Amino acid sequence: MADLNTAPAIDAPDDLYAELLAMHEGLSKEESDAANARLILILMNQIADREVLRQAMAAARAPGAETV
Amino acid sequence: MNKVFEIPLYPYARVADQDADTPVRHAVIVVGAGPVGLAAAIDLAQAGHQVVVLDDNDKVSWGSRAVCYAKRPLEILDRLGCGDPMVDKGVIWQRGRVFYDEREVYDFDLLPEEGHRRPAFINLQQYYFEQHLVGRARALEAEGAPIELRGGNRVVSVEQADDGVSLEVDTPDGPYTVRADWVIACDGAASPVRAMMGLDFVGRVFEDNFLIADVVMEAGFPTERWFWFDPPFNRGQSALLHKQPDNVWRIDLQLGWDIDKEEEKKPENVIPRLKSMLGEDAQFELEWVSIYTFQCRRMEKFRHGRVLFAGDAAHQVSPFGARGANSGLQDTDNLCWKLGLVIDGTAPESLLDSYDDERIHGADENILNSTRSTDFITPKSETSRIFRNAVLDLSEHYAFARPLVNSGRLSVPCVYDGSPLNGADALDGGPDRSRPGAPCPDAPLGNGFLLDRLGGGFALLTIDADAPESVEADGIAATRLALTASEDPSGALAERYLGSAPGAVYLIRPDQHVAARWPSWDDAAVKAAIERATGRA
Repeated sequence: MADLNTAPAIDAPDDLYAELLAMHEGLSKEESDAANARLILILMNQIADREVLRQAMAAARAPGAETV
Repeated sequence: MNKVFEIPLYPYARVADQDADTPVRHAVIVVGAGPVGLAAAIDLAQAGHQVVVLDDNDKVSWGSRAVCYAKRPLEILDRLGCGDPMVDKGVIWQRGRVFYDEREVYDFDLLPEEGHRRPAFINLQQYYFEQHLVGRARALEAEGAPIELRGGNRVVSVEQADDGVSLEVDTPDGPYTVRADWVIACDGAASPVRAMMGLDFVGRVFEDNFLIADVVMEAGFPTERWFWFDPPFNRGQSALLHKQPDNVWRIDLQLGWDIDKEEEKKPENVIPRLKSMLGEDAQFELEWVSIYTFQCRRMEKFRHGRVLFAGDAAHQVSPFGARGANSGLQDTDNLCWKLGLVIDGTAPESLLDSYDDERIHGADENILNSTRSTDFITPKSETSRIFRNAVLDLSEHYAFARPLVNSGRLSVPCVYDGSPLNGADALDGGPDRSRPGAPCPDAPLGNGFLLDRLGGGFALLTIDADAPESVEADGIAATRLALTASEDPSGALAERYLGSAPGAVYLIRPDQHVAARWPSWDDAAVKAAIERATGRA
């Protein structure tokens, strides 16, 4: 069973972070919320591993807490 | 009077019980002549058990109400001798389309496999469903089966003792008392019997209202289930369109919580809503209009001594998924053979506790599924609405999102995994779908089908395996149905029952669920499984 990878894994993090922000450029709050939700669903499907996703959700909800 | 639901089908008639000096005792009294109560009575009477059905009304359901009947309940109706008229009258469908805003986002096929006698679903007005059940009950009565329908008989009190139940029944001629060894309460979501016994019915209330309109129209819509999220004609809400027999169309419009129900029900308010959906020029006639709310809840236990609750009286779900009447029919399918063995004295009363185990498992599965559908259809927070709409947006373009769209997870029978009645699963390579606890999948056999050959008692299904023609364990017999995989050239029988095994012996319960399975005949093991499946081991 895979574990959530919390070690740095992204090449060129500044570039990717800028791309994430660029995705939202020109969008209203409502449109951004919708785009974020779509992105989460797309990534969820890409990851697909339920255990990893559960750990990710726990980490997102309460950063630093023990994952269950 | 031209509609079937306007005609008294079992009008009140005075019976001898009302003039008896001491209350007359019956083996089983069923309270409620709806789909579930009638199915219970037919099941028992067909097996020779004496049953009286009491109902405060004398007609079939007013309005179409439960309209979708799934494959497994249709198979149960076949066992009850009335599947054909239902399927002949019903509208068969298997395709659904989902719309979001102004566009179609995807369609689905319920993908019925080949080699089943019955389709995935039929739509049929509840009044026709009940009419055919009444017809079957009357036919049994004419053949001398011990079944009696008493309309205009309203149960007003229930008193339970160790050896039976006393019911006080009000009639147009005044009250009388009657006794029963067993009572099956099928008196609906508002169950008066449950209330009279002071029993719980806890769960989740959904704060929403839905308008049901049955309209009669000549329309070119295909025979499909159409579901809309946030359509232009019902902004921010959902809508459903479904075809019933006789050119009656079921339209279901979500209205929201804060509405005036009496106002919304008036034709001058309903008709403009329907015209904005169907088009200004649509010609239709309103047959029935109702506004409903719903709850997802169940009783903590369905068995209370000698009173057994079934259908909506025991559990209530949202209508999304057609899990109400369909699960009620699976309740009585599960209950009646057990009650029959207890009445015959061949099984202990404790066998009835397995009705609780198995059908509470089923109810929980239905409640979970219908609650999730409801949460998708009517998001309860801004965030859940954002995700719901994101799923719908993505589903139009990407296949991965389509399984997340939840406009109702349509009724499928539950597998009684973990039931105390399940015996050995000793068939190496046997398919998962026919494991102990599972409902038997149908399969083609020559000109007929497997389920019709299983009969109404315990069956010993052998496929390419030797076994005696029948086996008996302390008064309960299982009759062999001997098959070879080659009898079904389509391969479905082997695929559904053998998997990679060369042969198999299945013990099958009277409700056509698998009790246990082995690679070959084992006398002691089969007898032990019969003991276990009947609550005697």
